[in-house]
Amino acid sequence: MMAQRFIPLWITASLLLVMFLIGSAQFEGFASIRVVTNLFRDNAFLLITALGMTLVIISGGIDLSVGSVIALSGVLTSVLITEYHWHPLQAFALVLPLGTLFGAMMGTIIHVYKLQPFIVTLAGMFLARGMATTISEESIAIDHPFYDAIADLSIALPGSGSLDISSLIFILFFIIIATVMHYSRFGTNVYALGGNAQSAELMGVSIAKTTISIYALSSFLATLAGIVFTFYTFSGYALGAVGVELDAIAAVVIGGTLLTGGRGFVLGTVLGVFLMGVIQTYITFDGTLSSWWTKIVIGLLLFFFIVLQKLLNGRKPSHG
Amino acid sequence: MKSSAEMISPEALPMAQSSQQAMNKEKTDRYQAGKSASFGRYLWPLLALTLLLLVNLFIDSSFFHLTYQDDRLYGSLIDILNRSAPVALLAIGMSLVIATGGIDLSVGAVMAIVGAVCANLLLIPDISLVTVILAGLIVGLAAGSINGALVSFLGIQPIVATLLLMVAGRGVAQLINQGQIITFQHEGFAAIGVGQFLGLPMPIWIVVGMLLLSQLLLRKTALGLFIEAVGCNAKASRYLGINDKSIKIFAYAIAGLCAALAGMISTADIQGSDANNIGLWLELDAILAVVIGGAALTGGRFSLVLSIIGALIIQTLATTIIVSGLPAKFNLLIKAIVILSVLLLQSEKFRRQLSGLFKLGIFNNAKAGDKK
Repeated sequence: MMAQRFIPLWITASLLLVMFLIGSAQFEGFASIRVVTNLFRDNAFLLITALGMTLVIISGGIDLSVGSVIALSGVLTSVLITEYHWHPLQAFALVLPLGTLFGAMMGTIIHVYKLQPFIVTLAGMFLARGMATTISEESIAIDHPFYDAIADLSIALPGSGSLDISSLIFILFFIIIATVMHYSRFGTNVYALGGNAQSAELMGVSIAKTTISIYALSSFLATLAGIVFTFYTFSGYALGAVGVELDAIAAVVIGGTLLTGGRGFVLGTVLGVFLMGVIQTYITFDGTLSSWWTKIVIGLLLFFFIVLQKLLNGRKPSHG
Repeated sequence: MKSSAEMISPEALPMAQSSQQAMNKEKTDRYQAGKSASFGRYLWPLLALTLLLLVNLFIDSSFFHLTYQDDRLYGSLIDILNRSAPVALLAIGMSLVIATGGIDLSVGAVMAIVGAVCANLLLIPDISLVTVILAGLIVGLAAGSINGALVSFLGIQPIVATLLLMVAGRGVAQLINQGQIITFQHEGFAAIGVGQFLGLPMPIWIVVGMLLLSQLLLRKTALGLFIEAVGCNAKASRYLGINDKSIKIFAYAIAGLCAALAGMISTADIQGSDANNIGLWLELDAILAVVIGGAALTGGRFSLVLSIIGALIIQTLATTIIVSGLPAKFNLLIKAIVILSVLLLQSEKFRRQLSGLFKLGIFNNAKAGDKK
């Protein structure tokens, strides 16, 4: 039982290692700390988003709004900084609670009106994207000393690699979320809700509080990812981060989380993002392979993991 | 069946008869209930569409004006019908998939694949139009069948099963196009998108044709009923002898076929295949059209006509925003608000709260009247 629970995690980790070794054997400079830290740097916003998505999916739901929330958060932040001349920290202090509130509202609608998360968050996706385009349709460049300072701030590692502030934010939240999921009552409630909402309720889990918290947390992390994305691009763009929700869902599935809810690990999702990132890096290093292969390979990986999960679950009739 | 008939002993017969009567009564009750509900079902979406059209008339008095020129009708209404064609086609297929309790996220990607296949075939000199169209339809059917097989035989959740093709499909389309935008010169194929027949644009006829065909197939045979049965309760319908797996594959295959038609219209429209952008996010519009049409995402009853009305509402809304002179950037925001309202109105609890509020208002007014 214990071992079986970890099988998808082991497979993702092994695949990641194998891909990395193949890349290292083929290309000079692939096996460097720089490549690894670049994986962190390039995927920090996706990693942060995927943390929230993991929670939502473990609880048996789905959140399609995250990509739009990233865009909205980026646009709002950059407008506050460039047009209203707020200090970035002030802007973050406003944007983060607003994003959290957005998620809490979706959670409330899902819970109170018994609507499907898929369609409610789809509406949320349109709403957030609509608000973002209403605020500004153009990409807004951020030019602020604070951003320059952040760009310079990083922990240097040997091999010309460095962990920048975005990677550090991700690592911090990864530790927090993983701890919450495995060592707090809220984490247990999330697993219980995804396993069987009815039993969870009978056991005394407050479905309302848990559902609303989950979607609030997911939107909070997406908002944070939007801010991290502005560190990466130095701008906010209403039409940016399209399809991030799909990447996040793919990472969660590849990371071994059951889409029916109840089972999965935050660590698996992180490995899933890295696996997709390594494939992307491999294709970049190769140079002759075109970018569309990324999509096809990720599609095949998804298929592989879904079938694997089916096989693993097939052995246990209680979960069929 | 035979053994169960033998099992009823003579003494039990009166009881069986009375229960039979009760069942008949229940059946007629349900039939009546269904009848009255079906009227309401059509009322709200139609009312919404009419309201939107009236808003347009209010903004622009020549909105309903149609002109006949060069053997073709021109006017805003024709434009709405024409532009809603791809989403309307997708909505036909999506209705069936949603009715089985599933969802198909891949239709946009399937449109891209079909567009790429057709555009590349058209580059072959002297290829017959029929071959190209048939190839496109077969690709669509195949893609849909893959989705269906994943859902029914592997038992994968529909969202995930179709997410596979949604992610990989665009990659496949780009692979076929080798990352280029393939353009072609072919009058026959272009006619699918920009041609006309009896004064109306071709896409409208394609939607009408597909609607009539599906309606005949679904409602003149038991197929439609089977689909609804599978959507209500797959297990129960299996015990009834319905092959729920085949029914699901059929629904996804039709969705693939509809996506192929929509893909061909979009490709013919711009006379080129742009694998990145054709049908992008149209799956969401199609799902929305079905939901606005009043279908529940949990499966069960469906109505193709209502889904098409849903597609028309979406397109009319977009047109209204343009006609009203509001910047196009409000399009998404207004769309989101409309979706949220429709969703909330579908929730029984919200309706109760709303009517509670309404009654409270009347009650208070009455009280105030008494005091006077």
